[in-house]
Amino acid sequence: MKFALVTLLGLLIGATPAALAQQKKPTPKGKTAAKPAVSGAVTPAMLAAGKTIYTQNCLTCHMADGGGVETMNPPLSKTTWVLGEKTRLIKVLLNGLQDQDIDGEPYRNVMPAQDLTDQQIADVLTYVRNSFGNKASAVKAAEVKAVRASNK
Amino acid sequence: MKTSVLRYLLLPAALVGSLSLYALRSEERVVPDPDNAGLKLPAGFKALVAAETGGRARHITVTPQGLIYVKLNRPNAAGKGILTLRSTATGKAEAVGGFGNYGGTGIYAKGGYLYASSDEEVFRYQLNAKGEVVNPDKPEKVVTGLINRRQHESKSVVVDNDGNLYVNVGAYSNSCQVKDRQKGSLGQPNCPILDSAGGIWQFRADKLNQNYGTGTRYATGLRNVVGLDWNAQAGQLFVIQHGRDQLHDIFPEMYTTQQSAELPAECLYALKKGDNAGWPYMYYDGQQRKKMMAPEYGGDGKKEATGNFIEPAAAFPAHTAPNGLLFYTGTLFPERYRNGAFIAFHGSWNRAPEPQKGYYVVFQPFKNGKPSGDWEIFADNFAGDAAKAAAGRPDHKPCGLAQGPDGSLYVTDDKKGTIFRIVYQK
Repeated sequence: MKFALVTLLGLLIGATPAALAQQKKPTPKGKTAAKPAVSGAVTPAMLAAGKTIYTQNCLTCHMADGGGVETMNPPLSKTTWVLGEKTRLIKVLLNGLQDQDIDGEPYRNVMPAQDLTDQQIADVLTYVRNSFGNKASAVKAAEVKAVRASNK
Repeated sequence: MKTSVLRYLLLPAALVGSLSLYALRSEERVVPDPDNAGLKLPAGFKALVAAETGGRARHITVTPQGLIYVKLNRPNAAGKGILTLRSTATGKAEAVGGFGNYGGTGIYAKGGYLYASSDEEVFRYQLNAKGEVVNPDKPEKVVTGLINRRQHESKSVVVDNDGNLYVNVGAYSNSCQVKDRQKGSLGQPNCPILDSAGGIWQFRADKLNQNYGTGTRYATGLRNVVGLDWNAQAGQLFVIQHGRDQLHDIFPEMYTTQQSAELPAECLYALKKGDNAGWPYMYYDGQQRKKMMAPEYGGDGKKEATGNFIEPAAAFPAHTAPNGLLFYTGTLFPERYRNGAFIAFHGSWNRAPEPQKGYYVVFQPFKNGKPSGDWEIFADNFAGDAAKAAAGRPDHKPCGLAQGPDGSLYVTDDKKGTIFRIVYQK
């Protein structure tokens, strides 16, 4: 019982940022789109969309807190791969990643290539770059499209 | 009158005598930590932190003379991959030295030799009458050229009573998909990984430079075994497998996230030469107690497996990652523990969104070399508290197990490098 309560509490605490993001979400769709997009600006709508994709495709290995699993799946918080050059990061999702040390640490599991649209990749990367203690510019669908075009 | 004088004369003598006896006893007595090293244990059991190694402590072995050898996953700052410790009078273990410039998991002492593995090779070191390594800088290479493709890289080792060495070679894959862990990717026909991995290989413990060609694939269809031990009562090798991951992530239309968290069971197997435990073609459903056909190979979540695959000897909660197996033969613990199995569960990572689980040592009772009765959690709370366990952010991750000459149970932790020692005191 005690365990269940603590777990529930943990889940509630964990869910709070998501709940906040959800609350901010109902900005009328047209309004967000109509706003002249400031280069690299991060909107709550992008974060909410990105979180959904993260939960469905990334959370199992990288965990709810983005901390990864030591020696197996790399963390997404404050690594040069997430916060650094966008092209390299986009390619990780397009092509997957294997046998790659991240900031000097080896990780054993394979990162599979992700079957996602340009917009979905842009959203999830924007979410990752602005969660788990990260703060970095948004990734735009056009950027993903350009990398995808030159990828093969 | 006479008797009372005598009584007064005798009383101090008796007191001094019992005090000195007490002093002698307490000197030999292991002193548990007041909080039992943070562990939750059955009544009568106590624990202490025997040592902090500061490294990723994987497997552990103790010689009959009481020297403790710990294999580190990677060499420490001093470049040592194996640590030597010695138990002191209070039960703490003091560092004696270190050697071996390679990381790895396996370590096992038997018959005057210490066996240790990197992720590709098995070495041995001769031990002297005190249990000390004679030539720490000159290991003999017993096995070479084992496959290591990062995933499931550990090579665990054990030696039976007839001079045979058993080594696990884990499959470098989750479920032998064409594209590993890729959503919807199907299984490779006639899974080629099984030729050189996904099984237990048998070698001679006293022959040097053996390889796949000179060894025997003793058992196959085992995705990844880290915990293994020889059961002398049954005269049989027991291994415990890490079951496959991510049924929902790969086949979301067949499995819910909850099913994915609870499937498949982590299975203990009693092996005979030639056995096939079924990976990657099947997984074991611990709730239905059925061998199920893997979705990569025609399964749909409901179809049972076809093929001549062995039954598990016991099944444990999914994804809890059993890393250490030890058959207890000591006499320190109560009778019911004798010849039973202790299993160290490293703890899960892929049960989300369900709470993570594990980070404990389980006891599975045995009778006549076979599991008898239900398993129970023996030592709990390596995580620190329930919230840390549920989040998959434990303080400690139990990995290796060993029995001391006095019957103490040693447990390693490859997160912080703590060595726990569990004793029984009435």
